[in-house]
Amino acid sequence: MRKTKNMKSQEIEEFQEVAKKIRREILDMIYRAKAPHIGSSFSIVEILVVLYFKYLKISPNNSQDKNRDRFILSKGHGCPALYAVLAHRGFFNSDILKGFGCNGGTLEEHPTRDLIKGIEISTGSLGHGLSIGTGMAIAAKHDNNPYRVFVLLSDGETEAGFVWEAAMFAAHHKLDNLIAIVDYNKIQALGRIKEVVDLEPYSEKWRSFGWEVKEINGHDFAQLFSVFEDIPFKHGKPSVIIAHTIKGKGISFMEDKLLWHYRCPDKEEHKKALKELK
Amino acid sequence: MRNAFIRTLEKLCESNNDVFLLTADLGFRLFDSFRKKYPDRFFNIGIAEPNMIGISAGLALSGKNVYCYSMIPFLIMRCFEQIRLDLCYHNLNVKLVGVGGGLTYGLEGITHHAIEDISIMRSIPNMTVIAPGDPFEVEAITNLSLKYKGTMFIRLGRSDEPYVHSSVPKLEIGKGIRIFNRGSDICLLVTGAMLYKAKVTSELLLRKGFGVTLISLHTVKPLDVILIKDCAKKYKSIFSIEEQSIIGGLGSAVAEVLSEVQYDGLFRRIGLPDKFNRYVGKTEYLHQKYGLIPEKIADNIAKLIKGI
Repeated sequence: MRKTKNMKSQEIEEFQEVAKKIRREILDMIYRAKAPHIGSSFSIVEILVVLYFKYLKISPNNSQDKNRDRFILSKGHGCPALYAVLAHRGFFNSDILKGFGCNGGTLEEHPTRDLIKGIEISTGSLGHGLSIGTGMAIAAKHDNNPYRVFVLLSDGETEAGFVWEAAMFAAHHKLDNLIAIVDYNKIQALGRIKEVVDLEPYSEKWRSFGWEVKEINGHDFAQLFSVFEDIPFKHGKPSVIIAHTIKGKGISFMEDKLLWHYRCPDKEEHKKALKELK
Repeated sequence: MRNAFIRTLEKLCESNNDVFLLTADLGFRLFDSFRKKYPDRFFNIGIAEPNMIGISAGLALSGKNVYCYSMIPFLIMRCFEQIRLDLCYHNLNVKLVGVGGGLTYGLEGITHHAIEDISIMRSIPNMTVIAPGDPFEVEAITNLSLKYKGTMFIRLGRSDEPYVHSSVPKLEIGKGIRIFNRGSDICLLVTGAMLYKAKVTSELLLRKGFGVTLISLHTVKPLDVILIKDCAKKYKSIFSIEEQSIIGGLGSAVAEVLSEVQYDGLFRRIGLPDKFNRYVGKTEYLHQKYGLIPEKIADNIAKLIKGI
């Protein structure tokens, strides 16, 4: 029992190290490209690390495998985090990250479908991911294929009406192979969610749409492990993980600050941030 | 037209397990038989067209061949961005089958009219735009659409459209087909359900003493540029006919080609004015108001040619 516990904490430490490495990569990419969305990338690091290094049935050597789990980054603006994770997971060489957000590069500031790189679908206009994931989940059920479809949404994104069209439909058709994860960092482009258009009571909204809901701290690896172990939360129902996160997580002066939705660190800030990620 | 579509699609499903049909709660009784035969490949998405397009993208990305059905304004105007990004950007195998081209749903009012659809769809990269001219063309296009790779908008009328062809013609996507070939004074280029009226127009013009050729341009995009350039050489006057706003539809597409080859003949677009309809009436009544009836079209053409 003790041994298992130690192994678990050791695993958590390893994941924390990976997360730190990913954050450093994101910081450098965004600094080099003078790109926006560092806060939105930092808030999803732990979620992506857990998915790509532990739970998604995917393989960089066989990235077009018909049976692979599908992952849709519906909040496409968080793609620096996705790119960094894909590179570190072996989908492409880390050098390619240098071509992020620059003339002649291959990685735009919103992702374009490229299965070889492990990018399942082009996103960037918010609200699209859940419907597309629903279509994939129907196909899996129809073909008796066991793959699962994970859709990572931003909180602000769920202000869009057609997200709820998909939510309603997926529950009606009992798509328990569909898993939504909401990055609930509580800040959208122009302000705090609760001041823009409040989502609360949020869990109840999903529940009333027929989804099985779990709320976790989206930066806590122990909670992330246990929530993904439980999928699907209930047979015959789609699952949603409401991940409470912090925008800009990992860098003290960026955390929970609206400014860092768009702001790109200057030289001093970059240096300071790097120090915090040592 | 819609009956020809569903009949043909149902037949295609017998030998193809990947065809899915989605509707946004429209097509009353139309799908009864399809639904019964292929219950696991038919989905009524509900009145949620953007979700229907997203779902069709997800299905197509999983190897399915998807047909989405609704009335044109709801199918393509409400979800323009979903079509542009989810479908066309990924060039997915999704066929958007819209009913109610032009003023088909006359009495239902502006909400149900579709006079801008060809222009809108034509503007998106990777989109193929097709408006079959009669039920036989619908059958031919539906058959071709199954193997066609990419996103397609198929613009239908409703039902009861008269037949122009005597049997299912051999069509090719992107290639116009000559319906009527009797002279080189006038060339009529027509798309969609106006085909029958254009044919009657041709006969009237013949009777007035003009040599007339009639071509069905069922595919508006990719446009049969070779054919149009050829027309520019052969015909003294060219007229486009469509049940669409004269802005951006077939007429505009043809004009783009003709101006680039410096066509020195007479060219006019015949279609609907750039206006929201303000009359109340059935399709025929509205067509009369807008001069989209053979007698009126033939008279106008004759006057234009004679310079009156």
